Amino acid sequence: MAEAHPVGFQWVMEAKARGAKVIHVDPRFTRTSAVADEYVAIRAGTDIAFLGGVIKYVLDNELDFREYVVAYTNASHLISEDFVDSEDLDGLFSGFDAEGRTYDESSWQYAHQEEQGSGSEDTKQRAQAAGGEHESHGTTVARRVEKDPTLQHPRCVYQVLKRHYARYTPEMVERVCGIPPAQFEEVCRAWTQNSGRERTTALVYSVGWTQHSTGVQYIRAGAILQLLLGNMGRPGGGILALRGHASIQGSTDVPTLFNLLPGYLPMPHAHTHGSLQEWIDSIRPPNQKGFWGDAGAYAVSLLKSYWGDAATAENDYGYDWVPRIDGDHGTYAQVLDMIDGKIKGYFLLGQNPAVGSAHGRAQRLGMANLDWLVVRDLFEIESATFWRDSPEVETGEIVPEECRTEVFLLPAASHVEKEGTFTQTQRMLQWREQAVEPKDDCRSELWFFYHLGRMLRERLASSDDPRDAGLRSLTWDYPVHGEHDEPSAEAVLKEINGVDVATGEPLSSYTELAADGSTASGCWIYCGVYADGVNQAARRKPGSEQDWVAAEWGWVWPSNRRILYNRASADPDGKPWSERKAYVWWDAEQGRWTGHDIPDFQATKPPDYDPPEDAVGPDALSGRDPFIMQGDGKGWLFAPRGLVDGPMPTHYEAAESPFRNLLYGQQSNPTRLVYERGDNPMNPSPPERHHEVFPFVFTTSRLTEHHTAGGMSRYLPYLSELQPEMFMEVSPEMARLRGLEHLGWAHVITARSAIEARVLVTDRLTPLRVDGRVVHQVWFPYHWGVGGTGLTRGDSANDVIGISLDANVQIQDSKVGTCDVQPGRRPRGPALREFVAEYVERSQAPGEHQRVVTARLAESDGRHAGSNGSGSNGSGGDDARGNDEGSD
Amino acid sequence: MVERTGIAADEGPAARAGYEDPPPRMGFFTDTSVCIGCKACEVACKEWNLVPEDGLDLTGMSYDNTGMLSASTWRHVAFIEQAIPPGQASLPFTDTPTGPSGTTDSALAAARASGTTSLGMPTIGPPADDLLAPSADREGVRWLMASDVCKHCTSAACLDVCPTGSLFRTEFGTVVVQEDICNGCGYCIPACPYGVIDQRKDDGRAWKCTLCYDRIGDGQQPACATACPTESIQYGPLDELRERAAARTQQLHDAGVPEARLYGEDPDDGVGGAGAFFLLLDEPEVYGLPPDPVVTTRDLPAMWKRAGLAAAGMAAAAVVAFVGASS
Amino acid sequence: MEPRASQAPVWSAGSGSGSGSGGGGRRRRRGGGAGGGEELQVPPAEFASYYGRPVLKAPVWKDDIPAYLFTGGLAAGSSLLAAGGDATGRPALRRAGRLTSFGALLASTYFLVHDLGRPERFHHMLRIAKPTSPMSVGTWILAVYGPAAGLAAVSEAAGLLPSRGLLGLVRRVLPGLGSLGGVAAALTAPALASYTAVLVADTAVPAWHEAHPQLPVVFTGSALAAGAGAALIAVPPAQAGPARRAAVTGAVAELAATHVVEHRLGLASEAYTTGEPARLLSAARALTAGGALGAVVGRRSHLLSAVSGAALLAGSLATRFGIYRAGVASAKDPKYTVVPQRERLAAREAAAANGTPAP
Repeated sequence: MAEAHPVGFQWVMEAKARGAKVIHVDPRFTRTSAVADEYVAIRAGTDIAFLGGVIKYVLDNELDFREYVVAYTNASHLISEDFVDSEDLDGLFSGFDAEGRTYDESSWQYAHQEEQGSGSEDTKQRAQAAGGEHESHGTTVARRVEKDPTLQHPRCVYQVLKRHYARYTPEMVERVCGIPPAQFEEVCRAWTQNSGRERTTALVYSVGWTQHSTGVQYIRAGAILQLLLGNMGRPGGGILALRGHASIQGSTDVPTLFNLLPGYLPMPHAHTHGSLQEWIDSIRPPNQKGFWGDAGAYAVSLLKSYWGDAATAENDYGYDWVPRIDGDHGTYAQVLDMIDGKIKGYFLLGQNPAVGSAHGRAQRLGMANLDWLVVRDLFEIESATFWRDSPEVETGEIVPEECRTEVFLLPAASHVEKEGTFTQTQRMLQWREQAVEPKDDCRSELWFFYHLGRMLRERLASSDDPRDAGLRSLTWDYPVHGEHDEPSAEAVLKEINGVDVATGEPLSSYTELAADGSTASGCWIYCGVYADGVNQAARRKPGSEQDWVAAEWGWVWPSNRRILYNRASADPDGKPWSERKAYVWWDAEQGRWTGHDIPDFQATKPPDYDPPEDAVGPDALSGRDPFIMQGDGKGWLFAPRGLVDGPMPTHYEAAESPFRNLLYGQQSNPTRLVYERGDNPMNPSPPERHHEVFPFVFTTSRLTEHHTAGGMSRYLPYLSELQPEMFMEVSPEMARLRGLEHLGWAHVITARSAIEARVLVTDRLTPLRVDGRVVHQVWFPYHWGVGGTGLTRGDSANDVIGISLDANVQIQDSKVGTCDVQPGRRPRGPALREFVAEYVERSQAPGEHQRVVTARLAESDGRHAGSNGSGSNGSGGDDARGNDEGSD
Repeated sequence: MVERTGIAADEGPAARAGYEDPPPRMGFFTDTSVCIGCKACEVACKEWNLVPEDGLDLTGMSYDNTGMLSASTWRHVAFIEQAIPPGQASLPFTDTPTGPSGTTDSALAAARASGTTSLGMPTIGPPADDLLAPSADREGVRWLMASDVCKHCTSAACLDVCPTGSLFRTEFGTVVVQEDICNGCGYCIPACPYGVIDQRKDDGRAWKCTLCYDRIGDGQQPACATACPTESIQYGPLDELRERAAARTQQLHDAGVPEARLYGEDPDDGVGGAGAFFLLLDEPEVYGLPPDPVVTTRDLPAMWKRAGLAAAGMAAAAVVAFVGASS
Repeated sequence: MEPRASQAPVWSAGSGSGSGSGGGGRRRRRGGGAGGGEELQVPPAEFASYYGRPVLKAPVWKDDIPAYLFTGGLAAGSSLLAAGGDATGRPALRRAGRLTSFGALLASTYFLVHDLGRPERFHHMLRIAKPTSPMSVGTWILAVYGPAAGLAAVSEAAGLLPSRGLLGLVRRVLPGLGSLGGVAAALTAPALASYTAVLVADTAVPAWHEAHPQLPVVFTGSALAAGAGAALIAVPPAQAGPARRAAVTGAVAELAATHVVEHRLGLASEAYTTGEPARLLSAARALTAGGALGAVVGRRSHLLSAVSGAALLAGSLATRFGIYRAGVASAKDPKYTVVPQRERLAAREAAAANGTPAP
């Protein structure tokens, strides 16, 4: 955190000054470790084994916040008799289909509700990567869920959980993660001792935690712990993601993701969401409980904000004009489609995939196969110059004279040159004033898209082609100002907030949204940010002038609630768990919820409220159901649905690992997305043969001195001089093993490519003893790139990383992989590809991948393994012309 | 005890420089125990003072690619990786295999880079079997970070020896170079006992930290202190800072950090106390600071005396050479 | 390989202060390498530094400064001999001294201005007079000495002027003025020759500062010898007697003081007795001693005297460069800064321990 978020880290240091104990778990000793009270060295990619160990510690010692767990989580719910745990299937859960590598979730459901999961869209659309759409949409839960408040029933979630983690012992943690038992227990003690009635613990992670083939389950494991310890919905608790850039939270709320619309509404699917009703029902089955029950109101209001008067009940509020998805259009699927010539044009806005995205070579070859590419950035980045100076030009795979891609480089305005909001990890929108006018031709994104839309609409003004109707009917009437006709950002924010269509008055809460077209809102969760016609995000009342919740600084979605699910900060009777941690509570006299924050609950619903049989939506939740977005109002220790790779986090080795999975026969996440094709070879892992060709583990991350792909730092002298060159860190032992010299050169080789870097020999990297074997870890930053116009350049870490994704959200597996390291500089020119091809040859990388290796499924696996034998030559220009052999 | 610099503790340098009831003496307290090495101080300083880039060199000195204070680096963050002596290893490191210090290697490389004499360090040898495993006796690793800056000495040698009056004492007791006066004689550079001030080659003049004279005059904080996220760099009236520092040191000692010590806060030291002082976690020289700096001009009277005698001797020798000379 | 245990670093117990390998500059034998590490070029001194980097900034002066140390001394020495020659009726000695000093003065001025980072601002030196700045003091010494020595030198041209008219008048007064100037120059010459010792000693440069008691003697001796050397070349043996005696006293003073610098300053002496400075200083020793000897032995032969004179000049030049380089070397190696200061601290602590005042 000190490395990537030094400014936020000041609060950790302040907490430390007040006596807090700082524990840092990381594969490498970083600037955070330097000031932490305790540094725990962990083998990269084994976090679930580690967290599972902590969960076991909590359960074995009954250190869970029992009242909280019984009342607010699904610990007492009974799971279907059909459910079979990974303990019994050697690493797989029941319902696994070895062919499609997907799960049928019906056996994961609560007892007697199996039908809920059967044929759920998760399964059907798994291949279309639509699982993510259901991330937080809860589930329909029938009236009576069988429960055992004593948590003794063998099929109750508590016992299922206990059994699932039974083998995650301190000894196992040591064997898998390389963490000494004494130290591990220290961590468990610290975490549990700081949780309960009087104390809460916050779990803060950076997005590197998600970048694994089981990334979502990493976070799930954290969530389970926080629920068991009663750290959700309470002050000082929660799970916070420190994002990689300003407003990444905002870019998922009002999304830049292919499968989501604003407010986490799913993008309609061409085949299954034919009508508005079908679409809404897919978000909210008819008898849906919880706030997703009102999804219709959110969806229709969104359409009304898009098309205004043109959106009517008769035309389904313009639903037919909404673009559809028909498969995986994630960034990685897209780049492979570019290579295959399926995509003609591409917009890059403040993104530098030539350096910043996994498998840099594929990224560049893909872009080199486009008709046109629009790059809007502060500098002429590598993604704008790849056609003339990328590594592929050196290898001859891209010939500048022949590269067909027409690149349009448009200068962008920086964050101080434009106004708007940033949404940070607490879901807080903070208004940003424009400090200076952008220079020359630099313009804001808002300006770019508004005028692009305006021009397109002018071009189509006279078109009667039905496919243009949607564009022509859009409300595109933002007031502009200044010599460059800059659109008003406040007007956009107001549209996002939403208005009463009749009066045009801004709405003040999403509860006012209606499904009858009487309201419009660009993003239902942001409804209220413009309440009373005031830009609530621009509020800057100093903390000294308000209470500690500071509700008048900025605005937090939803409805300016600082802490989500804060009903959980009070006990089932509505009284605070403790005076020290009092936050919101039930005021019997007033007959409403009150407290320091805005209650995240129906304000007048008493704690003893029990819903009538036929209730739907929020009213169907009892007065003791804090997790109001869930169908059952409970925090899920066990997830009956919403995750495509299992109801409980399970340790799998990374897609590329030098170690056999010590817990299960199943080596790695069986549902992870693998694109098996000649241009995306993977390193073999045990039990596959030849894995020893890549004996080391590498992990990548950031340096404080640089920003992501370097587009905002390698072009500035004051930052470049602080970290002027690409380097890799190795332990003294590894240096001796490979004969690496401090400050000398070395190169890292994977099946994708080889990159070179200067060597820093340091104690901060330590070899770990894992299951009796020694593993050497090498680390390098991903800020550098070849080409471009930066002040400092170097090989890009992402060039050695392959495309292997988490099944839930398609995040790349970029934090851990295997590699070989050799002293000296890498081969240059065409020799580089031959060099890598030779490694691929030796390792037989593609072809014999055994994603499913348990004894039980060995056969089907063997059959599957045979299918992609070809394409072992990961080299050559063929790939540039699109070689989709063996692609799934 | 060594001779004092003869400075009355009550009288501040500004008053001694002739200011009539000057504002309180301002300075820095840099608490290195909370430094996270983000280098925001270096960048903020350069942004505010328009200090040019200082070279894109990978030094191999941990994460320090700045090297040292110079004409174009007025804040410098030092990074020191060291093994923790046995018995000192705090729990984080018990049972944790770490290994022979990498600093040996970095020291070698750095020594090569800076052209200093051999450090008597071993070179890295070929792979040896026993080195493939984490070595049993590997101690813990400690990573020290510290932001260095001009000390704004109570008795400032640079100011004393400046022949043009370019260097002067401000009303805040700080020492500042006047770029319109400096003629680049370079005398201040070897005079500084901390190696702070330096000549900017392409410019010819001497440059160093001004303690943001153009900011503190307007009641603002210096750029580096403003940018520091963890309040490792604290700016304020020196008396106040000294109290804070003493309390912080006590706090660390109570917390089981006996190695915490203050550097440069003692008005009785060789430079009469620094206007910018530090809390360190190891000996000063480990951070590249002199353990017992003395302002050279303290010995100036003695030097003039010797010079006078030598001159007289020379004259006498000349006279004698002629007295009673036949040829 | 030796067992690693035998290669563990030396830690001072307790606070971990001893663990100050810092950047790793601590000179110690460390294991891990093939055969346990490369040979030490210098005996290992236990001290810590930041990656072996210097604590101090070495002088940024160019060779102009050591060159000036020589020419300034030469000018001073020559002015003294010139005045003596004038007073004792040795016209050749007088004339040679005056012209040499004037030439050396012009060279000195050039060197001083040329060394500035901003030569066009040389006159800023005259903004103030500052006793705490030897450079300022030196500026004013030169300001007095320069015109005087100049006048003395110019007066030598009197003979070339016509004997009639205004210039004739000048021709008649000039020698008198020249003598006045010569006396003034001679009176400021010793200051000119010795202040430069303070100039270099009044820095944090260990080798110079530690030598502050001896350097004035080295410099004045060297100046006298240089002046005498020049005279021995230009003046016929008949008039060179004083120059010979001056050469011998100067040389003896210089050699004696330098010997102390090279052997009695503890660690600082190492800077003078190793590397290039050592080579320069031993050359200086040979030249100066040889020159002085030759001056006495060859007193009848102008040729031998001239050769001796050249040796003395060269010796003086080598001395100045040797001492200058030693200072720079001592500033570049943290050892010279850290070790003595550590010893000082240790002594003070010891003294504090048994309640006696520190040295």
